[in-house]
Order: sequence, then structure tokens, then C-alpha cells
Amino acid sequence: MITKRIIPCLDVRDGRVVKGVNFEGLADVSSPVELARYYSDHGADELVFYDITASAEGRRLFTDILTEVASKIFIPLTVGGGINTLDDFDRVLKCGADKVSVNSGAIRNPHLIEEAAKRYGNQCVVISADVKRVDGSFRVFAKGGRENTGMEAISWIRHCVDLGAGEVVLNSIDTDGVKRGFDLEMLAAVCAAVQVPVIASGGAGKIEDFITLFNTLPGVDAGLAASIFHFGEVRISDLKEAMKKAGIPARI
Amino acid sequence: MVAIIDYGVGNLFSLSSSLAAIGAEAQITADPDVIRAASHVILPGVGAFGDAAAKLRLSGLDKIVLEEADKGKPVMGICLGMQLLFEKSFEYGEHAGLSLIKGEIRPIADVIPEDLKIPHIGWNALSFGKKKHPLFKYLVEGECVYFVHSYYGAECEESVIATAEYGVPLTAAVANGNVMGCQFHPEKSGSAGLSILRAFCEMGGTVC
Repeated sequence: MITKRIIPCLDVRDGRVVKGVNFEGLADVSSPVELARYYSDHGADELVFYDITASAEGRRLFTDILTEVASKIFIPLTVGGGINTLDDFDRVLKCGADKVSVNSGAIRNPHLIEEAAKRYGNQCVVISADVKRVDGSFRVFAKGGRENTGMEAISWIRHCVDLGAGEVVLNSIDTDGVKRGFDLEMLAAVCAAVQVPVIASGGAGKIEDFITLFNTLPGVDAGLAASIFHFGEVRISDLKEAMKKAGIPARI
Repeated sequence: MVAIIDYGVGNLFSLSSSLAAIGAEAQITADPDVIRAASHVILPGVGAFGDAAAKLRLSGLDKIVLEEADKGKPVMGICLGMQLLFEKSFEYGEHAGLSLIKGEIRPIADVIPEDLKIPHIGWNALSFGKKKHPLFKYLVEGECVYFVHSYYGAECEESVIATAEYGVPLTAAVANGNVMGCQFHPEKSGSAGLSILRAFCEMGGTVC
């Protein structure tokens, strides 16, 4: 049976991991390679690297570290941040990324999804959507959640999948950072609308939040989180054991 | 030395890195002489069957693979590379493969329950059946490997050496003598995947 995936997300700026913290036995927590290896050794099923650099110099550092990670860590790698053109896809795929996540770039130019899916296959293209409730309906936000696009989120996500996106990362701005659980209502709406894998993001604070997520919504394929893993609040190996105990298929 | 056949399909960076990680000497190559000199051959591949089969033929490397397989050299296809070893595929039409493995490639949509998603993507457990193939000598049954595919090997019962449960048992790996194939990606399957590559490299008497 296919297992539910647990995915830590690492923000990278100028080639270093932002928000790196104390891990026992890890000398340099801001080294993307060291942290990636740590997560891989502790049962992460996949890693997301998010490039939050703005400068060209930072971009180059990012691809350098991506190359290094991909030459040492042998689990699927997804890359996001600053993906606006097919050249951006090409740049990160050549460095060993398996999937590329698009967000604002797809909002500006939805055909990017179509072109990328044609060239690299649907499995390679991930639509990442930042969604927030506005007056009772789900709206898509751009620019890291700062700008309301006015678009209705569920139809936007469905449109992206129709264009060729092979996977959806749904980040609920409403639950993000609150640490009281994933946004089950929003996720249920997305699961009902698309047939591709859905990755839940935003809101996890403890192990039970993942158990509730997978038990309540069988249509969700993966749970993504950043700070609770980075700050050691949830250890992936503990999380996997708890999933197994709860009868949720997990790779141990 | 392992020859990773480069016929212009897919990204071979992870595959060559994973072979380097287990200490195997590997070369990404389209040179028939290098492939002939290699102790082991890997046929990779992502994308659509028809396109990949055409590229392989156009490069003339299909004949080299067949020759080397005929000599008894360990040959392994990965993902679409595994599918190319079959007789034919029904992905967007009907296309001929290398016929090193008896059977055909069909859409998983034909056999899996309707509520399951396509592609079959993620980590899934391997079942070995009655006898464990040497490719899995470092693995225990039930270990997970990473899959991404929408088509599967059918009508190949006699060659199946591992399956993965996705509503139904799907062909996960095949073997016919010195010719082997993995539907999953060993180069993306963590330590389980590396151990499969290691077992492959240890076959045929020559350690690469």
C-alpha cells in the first residue's frame, strides 16, 4: 500500500538554511546538506527546498547547494521559490531536483504549468497555492501570502491541474503558524476537486495533528511542515512510529 | 564500470551520484565502445515510451543493449528503461520495445480501483513472492521504494520478481536471466535503493 509522505520544508537564503536550530549531533544546522542528510536518515520521505533569495548571486549559491544535496541525498527533492520561466525549471532540474513547485509564477502566467508539464511530464510540476478565507470564500494569495489575487482558490487549483500540474501543495494561511492542526475544511474542498496527490501544509503543531489529518482525510497524500521539525518539536521518526500505531501506512 | 546509457531521455545526475555513493565506477555514455567495455549496463528513462523507444533506435544503442544482454552482461532498466525491455507498450498507441522481457506495458488505469490516484506516486512496499531475487539480497520484504508511473508491466508473470500493492499487485521489478528491470527509482529510494544498486553491481562476477 502506498505510504503517506512526511515532508520537511527547508527555506534557503544565500545558500544557507534559514531557521536552522539545535540538533543533537549536527554541527552546522544551517548547512542544507547536513540538514538534508539528517532528515533523510530520520525518515523524511521527500524534501522541499524553498529558495527565498532575491539576488542573482543568491540564486547561483542555491543551485550550487542543490547540486551538492542531490549528489548525496537519495530521496525525492522538490524545489520552489522564484520559478517563473521554463529556464528556471531547467536550471533546478539539471542540479538534481525531481519536482518543481510553482506559485506566483503560475499566477502571473498559468501557461508555465502547461509548457513545463509538456516538456518534463506532469509528475514534475507541483502547484503550490497560498489560500486564505476572505468573506467566507477561499482566495488565492500571491507574493508569499501578501497579496490577494481575488481568485477563487478551488477553481484555480482545478485549473492548474487541468493545465498539467501533477501534485498540489495547499498552504492554508489561516492555520499557518498557529500550530493547532491542519486546515481540514480547506483540504477537504481541494481533495474533492482534484484527482492528483494533495500535500497538506500549514498548521501542524504536534504529532496528533498529522494523525488527525490522515485519519480524517484519506485523500491527503502527504503532510508538509517546517519549523516543528527544525525546532525539534516533532521528530520524524517518532511521527512515523505514531502513524504506524494508528494504522496509517508509513515508511519506517 | 557501469555504463549508464545516455540516449537523450531524462536526467541522469541522481543515478550517477547514487552509483558513486556506493563506490561503483559509472559513466554516462552514448559511446558503443564504452558500453561494450563496461561490466554492467543501466538503461534509464523517463517520459513517454514511444518517444524514448524512437530515440533509443535512432541512436543505434538499442542494438548495443541487445548485444550486451546477449553476451550475458548484467543489464538493468529503470522506470521507463524497464518498460523498454518489454515486447511492446500501449502508451499513446502501440510501440515495440526490446523484447528482452516477455510481456507488455499497459495503463494502470485498466487494473486499479477507480478511487486511487494516477500516477502511482510515492513510497510503496515491495513483495517478493516465493523466492527472493539476488537483486534484493540486502532487503527485507516490505521495505519501501519510490515509484512514479502511470503504466505497468503486464502479461509478464514468469519474469516478475517483486510487486507493490496499489489496489492490485503491480509489477515492481522483473528479471529474465541477466536482464533485470525496476519500475521504481532505486536512485531515489534512500538506503533501500542504494542496496539494490549495490546488489546489481555485485552480479556477474565483476565488481564494478
